[in-house]
Amino acid sequence: MAAVAQHKGREVAAGEVLLNVENISLSFGAVQALIDVSFDIRKGEIRAIIGPNGAGKTSMLNVVNGFYHPRHGQIVYKGRVRQQMRPHEAAAQGISRTFQNVALFRGMTTLDNIMTGRNLKMNRWKANLLPAALYVGWTRSEEMKQRAFVERIIDFLEIEAIRKTPVGRLPYGLQKRVELGRALAAEPELLLLDEPMAGMNIEEKQDMCRFILDVNDEFGTTIALIEHDMGVVMDISDRVVVLDHGVKIADGTPDQVKNNRDVIDAYLGVSHD
Amino acid sequence: MQAAIDADDTAPKLVLKHARERGDRPAFREKDLGIWQTWTWRQMAAEIRAMACGLAALGIQRGDRIAIIGDNRPQLYWAFDAIQAIGAVPVPLYADSVAAEMQYVLAHAEVKLAFCENQEQIDKVLSVRDQMLSLEHLIYEDPRGMRHYAQPFIHALEQVEAQGRAYDQAHPEFFEAEVAKGKGEDVAIIAYTSGTTGNPKGVLLTFDNLLNSARLASEMEKLSDREEILAYLPLAWVGDHFFSVAQQHVTGFTVNCPESSDTVMLDLRDIGPTFFLAPPAIFENFLTQIRIRMEDASWLKRKLVNFFLGVAGRCGVELLEGRRVALKDRLLYALGEFLVYGPLKNNLGYSRIRIAYTGGAPLGEEVFNFYRSIGLNLKQLYGQTESSAYVCIQRDGDVKADTVGRPCPGVELKITEDGEIVYKSPGNFVGYFKNDEATRETLDADGWVHTGDAGIIDDDGHLKVIDRAKDVGQLSDGTLFAPQYIENKLKFFPYIREAVAHGAGRDHVACFINIDLEAVSNWAERRGISYTNFADLASRDQVYELIGGCIEEVNRTLAQDSALRGSQIKRFLLLHKELDADDGELTRTRKLRRRIIAERYAALIEALYSERDHVEVESQVTFEDGRKGVLAADLKLREARTFGREATERRAA
Repeated sequence: MAAVAQHKGREVAAGEVLLNVENISLSFGAVQALIDVSFDIRKGEIRAIIGPNGAGKTSMLNVVNGFYHPRHGQIVYKGRVRQQMRPHEAAAQGISRTFQNVALFRGMTTLDNIMTGRNLKMNRWKANLLPAALYVGWTRSEEMKQRAFVERIIDFLEIEAIRKTPVGRLPYGLQKRVELGRALAAEPELLLLDEPMAGMNIEEKQDMCRFILDVNDEFGTTIALIEHDMGVVMDISDRVVVLDHGVKIADGTPDQVKNNRDVIDAYLGVSHD
Repeated sequence: MQAAIDADDTAPKLVLKHARERGDRPAFREKDLGIWQTWTWRQMAAEIRAMACGLAALGIQRGDRIAIIGDNRPQLYWAFDAIQAIGAVPVPLYADSVAAEMQYVLAHAEVKLAFCENQEQIDKVLSVRDQMLSLEHLIYEDPRGMRHYAQPFIHALEQVEAQGRAYDQAHPEFFEAEVAKGKGEDVAIIAYTSGTTGNPKGVLLTFDNLLNSARLASEMEKLSDREEILAYLPLAWVGDHFFSVAQQHVTGFTVNCPESSDTVMLDLRDIGPTFFLAPPAIFENFLTQIRIRMEDASWLKRKLVNFFLGVAGRCGVELLEGRRVALKDRLLYALGEFLVYGPLKNNLGYSRIRIAYTGGAPLGEEVFNFYRSIGLNLKQLYGQTESSAYVCIQRDGDVKADTVGRPCPGVELKITEDGEIVYKSPGNFVGYFKNDEATRETLDADGWVHTGDAGIIDDDGHLKVIDRAKDVGQLSDGTLFAPQYIENKLKFFPYIREAVAHGAGRDHVACFINIDLEAVSNWAERRGISYTNFADLASRDQVYELIGGCIEEVNRTLAQDSALRGSQIKRFLLLHKELDADDGELTRTRKLRRRIIAERYAALIEALYSERDHVEVESQVTFEDGRKGVLAADLKLREARTFGREATERRAA
């Protein structure tokens, strides 16, 4: 894979810390989902969160984008402590995400689905309900501006051919790509991808890898992703954090993590007593 | 110098002429970010000027060969003119070729500069660059993903054009002087033939070849500068070069480039071309899709479509050719046009088509008549790279489904004693590049090109192409065996994508079938047959029965012809993988490479001529990224029903 080889050649962007997860604990009743987890995400990097099933990876993403509120600990985003934030507030601050199971509007076209991602970027005064219903001149020019941006995403993700196709009719791999498009439409600073390659065949995975690397490269977007496919994780991420049973067991470059004893145990299923 | 430029004998001179005469007319359109962008002739001429001067600034000299690699983009078409303007020779390459295939052509043509569309093509050229001493520069058009390529010999087209503009200012006389130096007898392009055997051969075509043929063809079809065409076929194929470049240059019409190779069908509907060229496979695919959708449609729609297609089958072709038709059928056809044919054509983007051509391979009679019956003026043409694609075109009102029509104006054509088609066309090539031996074999001393095709001229003077001369053979009992003829009959069925007939020197005909995944999976879905992948679907007994039925139909029609009765298909198998150009089994224009198939699947052929009812096979597949893998399968062999002299039915032995 040329794209990957090339990515390995680039110098890892050792930017400042964009998001710091400090001592996060989360529980549902008696179930401890996350226990005292801390790590950071630096600007411009691709950060993978891995771990066996039930390790707390998706819970971690949900905490980051404000869907869950941790019992203990705090999140520092762009140098400011952030607590009790709702998902739409997180989105307004530049955090977008995709979901483990595709969460698109199935009856709407690819174009319209990605347009919904522009919602936050629209001018509130020009595009509120009444002018939009009347479709007056300034609403029209606003829509054209947004559409032009969405077209750039369509071009970027090479989905021109399905622009007007309802997403419910698309194969799974393409739906995932549309979902990535919608997340990109919000021009995020931090993009959270929950298993972007789950259920894909090799060719679709390679395409997705290339798009993730290109997003990171062309737009400078910081990416945190959860992924099961170890090959993919080792190939594209700059740093990896490993969770097991809600506890962080390793953190470092792919090579460091690969040779970590605890990680090997966790994946081979050594008992934890 | 002005007199030389006004001679209109080279493509760049014609661009300057159109820029003067119809400077504000659209020359090119391309859909970009969802919107059709237009370039007028004047803008196109300015782009070409900048590109040409930029190439000169890079040190390109008259006579240098320059590769053009990519999909149909306006900039790549302009590159042809820019390269020709300074006397260099463009060598177009198929964009989907793998690196090893490119290496042969790049090395053989001693290419000095490769003009690439994007990162994908740059990567391929870079991967074989070590063996290429002549290659000095690479240019890319699309900057995406190119940020980290720091090599000094890789240039962005934008930079090259900027340097070109500076060069132009410093040497304002340069461009016109270079264009004026061009002459009609200069080599315009080297078109490498994909070749069903051996290495590709570089066909040298001059401006006179291309432009004179294009002028004659355009006069014959009364083409004007108002035609709209969609350029979507590989630009390395001489057919595309003839239509999208030569004919555009002589008439000044508009060429539209699709947004991407996946959106061609949608772009076709946007543009509504008036003049359209497609290989048989595209017309066959459309018909297959129409049939699939019809089967999925409601009962009423199905009835309606079947009824009116019946009407069209009865009188559509007669109406198209202006012959007499009963009033009742005339009225029914008019209603059908309103209810079925019109919407159907509109859906395909065919509403405005005045002339549609198909060529490159024979099109099944049934498919051909279907399109003509719904009012599409579809005509067959016959040509070769060696003739600039110009030999025979069917004339309006004089179309027979099983011929390719009369020789075009200016073309002499005859059949040799051995039954081979030979011709003299204004488009006749001057030779193969660096291959005099092959030139002598093909182009004889009297100027006849030997096609290698077997054909006959019928009583009306129409040419009928039977098969590749070397493929036509005999069964062991002396019966005529024309594999392509049988295969084309099989491919008419929507469920069959490819067929390979065997039989030369054998006692009966047997064949490989490639099922059409889309059509058969749809069929299976409606019958509740579950399957995991192509190989699994192709191994189902029900699918074998379905294909067996198709073969039975073909045998029935073969039995009606006394010469072909003996070449009915007795045994067949369904291949576990699709024949693919990446595996070398088809050419890039989707023609069978029989020798390679025969070598690779020798075990399967032997099994077909044995008593066995199954055979195990392992075959190599090439993935899109060039990696190879092995596919193993256990294939079933089945017998098909054949028919005797009086069509008395009997079971095959």
